[in-house]
Amino acid sequence: MTKMSGAQALLEALKRQNVEVIFGIPGGAVIPIYDALLDSGIRYILSRHEQCAAHAADGYARASGRPGVCMATSGPGATNLVTGIANAYMDSSPIVAITGQVPRPFIGKDAFQEADIVGITTPITKENFQAGKASEIPKIVNTAFYIATTGRPGPVLIDVPKDVQTEVDEMDFSNRIELRGYKPNYDPHPVQVKKAVEALTHAERPIILAGGGVILSKASSELLALAELLQASVATSLMGKGCVPENHPLSVGMVGMHGTKAANKLMLEADVILAVGLRFSDRTACKLEEFGSWAKIIHIDIDSAEIGKNVGAYIPIVADARLCIDAIYKTLVQQLKERKSSPWADRVQEIKKQSQEETNSNEGSLKPRQLMMELRKVLPDETIVTTEVGQNQMWAALYFQAYKPRTFISSGGLGTMGFGFPAAIGAKVACPDKPVVDIAGDGSFIMTEQELACSVVEEIPVTVIVLNNSVLGMVAQWQRLFYKRRYSAVHLGGVPDFVKLAEAYGAQGFHVESVSEFSEAVRKAIKSEVTTVIDVPISPEENVFPMVPVGGGLKDMFWE
Amino acid sequence: MENRQTHVIATIVEHKPGVLYKVSNMFRRRGFNIESISVGPTDQEGLARMTITINGDERLVEQVIKQLSKLIEVVKVSELEPSSTVAREMALVKVHTPNAKNRSDVINYVNIFRGHAVDVSPESIMVEVTGSPDKIDAFIDLMKTFGIKEVARTGVTALSRGVKSVRID
Repeated sequence: MTKMSGAQALLEALKRQNVEVIFGIPGGAVIPIYDALLDSGIRYILSRHEQCAAHAADGYARASGRPGVCMATSGPGATNLVTGIANAYMDSSPIVAITGQVPRPFIGKDAFQEADIVGITTPITKENFQAGKASEIPKIVNTAFYIATTGRPGPVLIDVPKDVQTEVDEMDFSNRIELRGYKPNYDPHPVQVKKAVEALTHAERPIILAGGGVILSKASSELLALAELLQASVATSLMGKGCVPENHPLSVGMVGMHGTKAANKLMLEADVILAVGLRFSDRTACKLEEFGSWAKIIHIDIDSAEIGKNVGAYIPIVADARLCIDAIYKTLVQQLKERKSSPWADRVQEIKKQSQEETNSNEGSLKPRQLMMELRKVLPDETIVTTEVGQNQMWAALYFQAYKPRTFISSGGLGTMGFGFPAAIGAKVACPDKPVVDIAGDGSFIMTEQELACSVVEEIPVTVIVLNNSVLGMVAQWQRLFYKRRYSAVHLGGVPDFVKLAEAYGAQGFHVESVSEFSEAVRKAIKSEVTTVIDVPISPEENVFPMVPVGGGLKDMFWE
Repeated sequence: MENRQTHVIATIVEHKPGVLYKVSNMFRRRGFNIESISVGPTDQEGLARMTITINGDERLVEQVIKQLSKLIEVVKVSELEPSSTVAREMALVKVHTPNAKNRSDVINYVNIFRGHAVDVSPESIMVEVTGSPDKIDAFIDLMKTFGIKEVARTGVTALSRGVKSVRID
C-alpha cells in the first residue's frame, strides 16, 4: 500500500499497463492529472481537438495492437471525444478514454462544464466507469484495460471527478480483476469445428470472407494456410483488408457495396462461405436477408451476439478466429487430399483476370485508380496507410493493395470523415520507424486539418495525400447516379490552397499535376521525415465503381 | 412478425448504480420493446434479479438474450419456459366506491380474485391483487365498471418450478 493522490494513482496504474503515451487536451477538470503527468514518465501529445485525440489513440491501437489512451476534460472536452469513441466501438478498437468530471459535490447540479459522459457513452463503449473515490482508481484502470483488450476489443471510458483526482489515500495496485459477468470464450467448440470441417471437405467452391477479427486475433498465417489447403479465394471486408497479402494469387480484395468485381462475383458463385471475424455489416453483405442464401455460411466470431444478428449462419462458432482457424486446419489437413488444381481454382483465376482487364481500360492522367497503384509502387511494403472516408477511402480499398495486417487503417463502421489524419498521427507514434500516409479527400481532410499543428510541433511526420476534387465526392456521386445530377451542398469552392495551408503550420506542401510529379512528391515526403501535404487535383466527375445500389444485393452490382 | 408471443427472461445482474440504465438503454438502442420489467435484490450479496418480459419471435428472443449477456454487469441470462414457470404480478387498484352497495360489490369480486382490501375511505377502496398478468388484466377490466381512480402494477416476476434455477453458484 502506498499513499498518493488519485491523479498519481491513475498514472501509476497506467504505467503498470505499459502505457507510454496519452493523446489529449487539458482543461479545468483534468489539471491535477496533467500535473502528475509531468512526473510520470508517460509522454503526452497535445492534440488540437479532442475528437482527434480519440482518433489518434485509435490509430495507435490499430497500428500497434496495443491499447491507445486519450484524455479530455469534463463537459465539452468529454463530448468532443464521443465521435472518436463511437468510431473505435464500431471497429472494435481497444482504446481507454479518460475524462475529467466536476467535483463530486457538484455532480447533478449542472455545474460549469458538467456533462453526463458516462450516460452519453453507455451505448458506444464496451464498458464505462466513474471513480467514486481515489482508492478505486487502480482497480478501475486494471479492469478497464482488461475489458478493452480481451474478447472482442473495444473502447472503455473512465470518468474521474476532479476532487477524486486530488484525494489522497492508500493505494493498492495488486488487486485482482473480478468480473462475474464477463468471461470471453476463446476456444471453439469441438463439435462445431467438426461440422465446419465436414462442410469444407465437401465444398466444391469454397470462399473465405475475412474481417477485422482476423487481424485482431493475429490469425493471418493460419488463415492463409487454410486458404491454400482449400484453394479457396480470400475476400475481405474493409476491416479485414491486409489480413492476407493482397498480391497473393488467392486474394480477391474487398467484398460489398464497393467490393471488387472478382470478390463479389466469386461470393455469388461459392457453395460454402467461411466468414471469419466479421459482423456482416450492410456495406459488406448489402442485402442482409439475401446474403449467402445460395451457400452454406460458416460464421466464426468471438462475439456471440454477432452470430445471427444480421445474417443467419449454417454453422455458428463462437471463438477466437486464430484458435478456430487453426483447429479447422489441423483436422482438415489430415482428411483433405491436396488440391493443386480444381475447376474452382481455375475459375477464381479466370474471374480475377477478367476483372483486371476490364478495369485496366480507360486510363488517363491523375485517375484515382492509377494514383493508388502508383502509390503502392512508391511506398515501402511496411508503410502504414490510413484513409479518410468517402470516395478516397473506397479507391484506396479497391486499388491500393495492402500486404500486411495493421498496415491499412480505415474508419469502417462509423465512416468518420476526418479520421484518417489523426489516426495517421497515432499510428506514427506507435510505429515511428514506418512511413505513415493518409489517403484523403479534400472534404475529409478539412474536418481535422488543424492536427497539422500537432504533427509539426510534436514532430510526428506523416504524409497526407489529398485527392482534391473540390466536392464531397461520395455524396456528389450519389446525387449524380440517383438524384439526376441535382447537386446539393457538395461544392467546396476550391479552398483552401492546401500547399499554403501546410506551410502556414510549418509543414511542407506539394501540388502535383502528373503521375510522375505525384510519385516524386511522395518519395520526397517519405524521405524528408517532415509532415507533408500533397495536393492532387482529380476530376469531380470521378465515380467509385463497382457499386451495389442501396437496397440491392451483390448480384445487382454495376460498374459504369 | 410471426409467432409473436410473450417471453419471460430472468436476468441476474450486479447490484450497483447505473446497471438498470445500461440494460434499458440496450433495449432502446437495439429497438427491442420491454413489456414489463421488475427488479429487486436477490438473497446473494451484490446481485439483483431483473425479470423482463418481451413480445416477439424466437429470433428476437435469441438476440435479446445475447445482447443482454454481452453487458459486463449482466452475470446470467435465461429464458423461463412458460410451462414450467410460476409468473406473478401484483397490482394495487384504487376503485371509486361512493356508497355501501358499491363497496360490498367490490369486496365480493376481490374475494373471488383472492385479493385483499388494504385501505378504505368514504369515496374509495384500495385493493391488492396478485396473480398472472391475465388475471390482473381481468380484475382491472372488472373494476372499470365501478370506476378506477388509480392503478399501480409491479410487472411480472417469475421463477422456474422444481430444481431448475437461475442462480450464481
